[in-house]
Amino acid sequence: MSLLDAPQEAPVAPERRPVLELRELTRTFPTDPPFVALHPTDLVVSAGDYVSVIGPSGSGKSTLLHILGLLDRPTSGEYLLDGVPTGTASEGDRSALRGGRIGFVFQSFHLLPHRSVLDNVLLATLYSGVPRGERLERAHAALDRVGLGHRTQHLPPLLSGGERQRVAVARAVVAAPRVLLADEPTGNLDSANSAGVMDLFDELHADGLTLVVITHDAAVSSRASRRIRIADGHLTEVA
Amino acid sequence: MRGSVRGARADRFGLRDLVGEASFGIGARPGRLVLTILGTVLGIASVVVTVGLAQTAAGQISRAFDAVAATQAMAEPATTRTASGAQRATGRLPWDAPERVERLNGVEAAGLVAAVDVGGAEVTAVPVNDPSQPATSAVPVLAASSGLFDAVRGRVVTGRTFDAGHDARADRVVVLGARAAERLGISRVDRQPSIFIGEDAYTVIGVVDGVKRRDDLLSSVVMPTGTARADFGLAAPEELHLRIAVGAGAVIGEQVPVALDPNAPEEFEVDVPPAGSKVREGVQADVNAIFLALGGVALLIGGLGIANVTLLSVMERVGEIGLRRALGATKRDIGGQFVLESAVVGLLGGLIGAALGVAVVVLASVIQDWTPILDLGVVLLSALAGGAIGLVAGIYPAMKAASIEPITALRGGV
Repeated sequence: MSLLDAPQEAPVAPERRPVLELRELTRTFPTDPPFVALHPTDLVVSAGDYVSVIGPSGSGKSTLLHILGLLDRPTSGEYLLDGVPTGTASEGDRSALRGGRIGFVFQSFHLLPHRSVLDNVLLATLYSGVPRGERLERAHAALDRVGLGHRTQHLPPLLSGGERQRVAVARAVVAAPRVLLADEPTGNLDSANSAGVMDLFDELHADGLTLVVITHDAAVSSRASRRIRIADGHLTEVA
Repeated sequence: MRGSVRGARADRFGLRDLVGEASFGIGARPGRLVLTILGTVLGIASVVVTVGLAQTAAGQISRAFDAVAATQAMAEPATTRTASGAQRATGRLPWDAPERVERLNGVEAAGLVAAVDVGGAEVTAVPVNDPSQPATSAVPVLAASSGLFDAVRGRVVTGRTFDAGHDARADRVVVLGARAAERLGISRVDRQPSIFIGEDAYTVIGVVDGVKRRDDLLSSVVMPTGTARADFGLAAPEELHLRIAVGAGAVIGEQVPVALDPNAPEEFEVDVPPAGSKVREGVQADVNAIFLALGGVALLIGGLGIANVTLLSVMERVGEIGLRRALGATKRDIGGQFVLESAVVGLLGGLIGAALGVAVVVLASVIQDWTPILDLGVVLLSALAGGAIGLVAGIYPAMKAASIEPITALRGGV
């Protein structure tokens, strides 16, 4: 069984179902004058898509990622995650959605330095409702998947940057999320390690995972099947 | 909505996960942990030591009291004042009073005593009629029932005391108090020495010492009540002395008058020791106040220490908190983790402090050659109090942690 199988998924043409859907969504920060980080935006990411969002810093990339990751609420409009409207959802429901349907990969890895690689991966199973009996097995499977099955007991500071980011990827996919959100996943990596992580993303995509990668690196962006450019809070699809 | 989003999430961050994560948080920095719990350890230890030493000391004191004060009682006829101002007894102790009260639970020994009026007769070892002899102070004569010496804890130095047979037959035997024996020059009784009261000879059968009540027994000649009634017309006993079990005072005080005369119990006054706990409480209250206050201050400082370090730890782990939120942790999960961490740190301090306190109490008792007395409930409660302090101390830092926004938290590293 593949780790990324979603058992609750309807068997009929799963690829065509939208995973992320933004409808007329805006985000305005209440500064003086108000700063519009995202202008009215429509976006549909379907299951199995590999989307990259590219733009310079200050273009609204992070705001978009935070909203997609349910870390921030939109000012207006609606955001449906896996068909569930999130705008009016309670904080608890949003936490549950975040844990169960979204996997995050951050630029600075965000691994707990005092915990082993395995513990770091297991951390994602705690909050996402993975049955206790399956946790260890799935964590090992996820680490095997990213090629770190032999490093489970190492502490993150002893790993190379590329290895750390792969641990983070294993943590992001261990709970079988509907979408993987990556924020500058190669920003702290040299080119060789970057390529390794991007290859891993390609493999996950080939296995059917939906990916949204936010980057300012054109080389990273070019690996995606759909490319979206963001500038001054406006999104435009690049062919 | 709730069902569709959180359905079948029974295994989502349960108690086991909470405990596991909290214990990792605690164990991550052992050096800091030691410093954190130090305040609680000292506070709890000082409370346990205070209570323990107070209990031990009180136990020691009441033990000294127990030997005499807590186990002696005395009954006498009630008195009233007549119009002319003289005091008159309203009742009369029965001659069989010892038998009556010895049937009561808690009475271990009882005996009557009364002064005997010998009509100016002199008590001497040898009757010499010498008009030129200087007058000596008289040796008083007392009458006692056979159980009295036991009731007032007299110790037989030599010979024996009289028994119910001497009493019933009105035998002319006497027991001397140690000082009276010395005065009369009698140190041994194996040759059946006699003393004379006036012209009548009485055989000395024993010498007693060490009585704890009616010290005048020591300088008196004591004869059986039966003899005193026959020879000197003793009208009534004066006092009934009782040796009672520890703690029986209150009950004895109520039952003795009824046993003496069921028809007129109000005719007797019973003097019983106060309940043991009152003695102890009185002592304890003085000792405890200051040390408990010191312990309280130490605990307060300990609690503030935990709060401080937990707050520091929250600030240091902002990145971790953000990560956990991103992985699906709710505010409650985060808050719960920090509260539990702080409560466990407090409990750890409480346990160590309580153990330390017990050790100090035992050690101090050993050095003083005391019996350590320590209420185990107090020890357990102090250990738990450490946990409660940690819990309270953790509330504010946990609220801080729960209110951290994941976005801001994720900007920094872990």
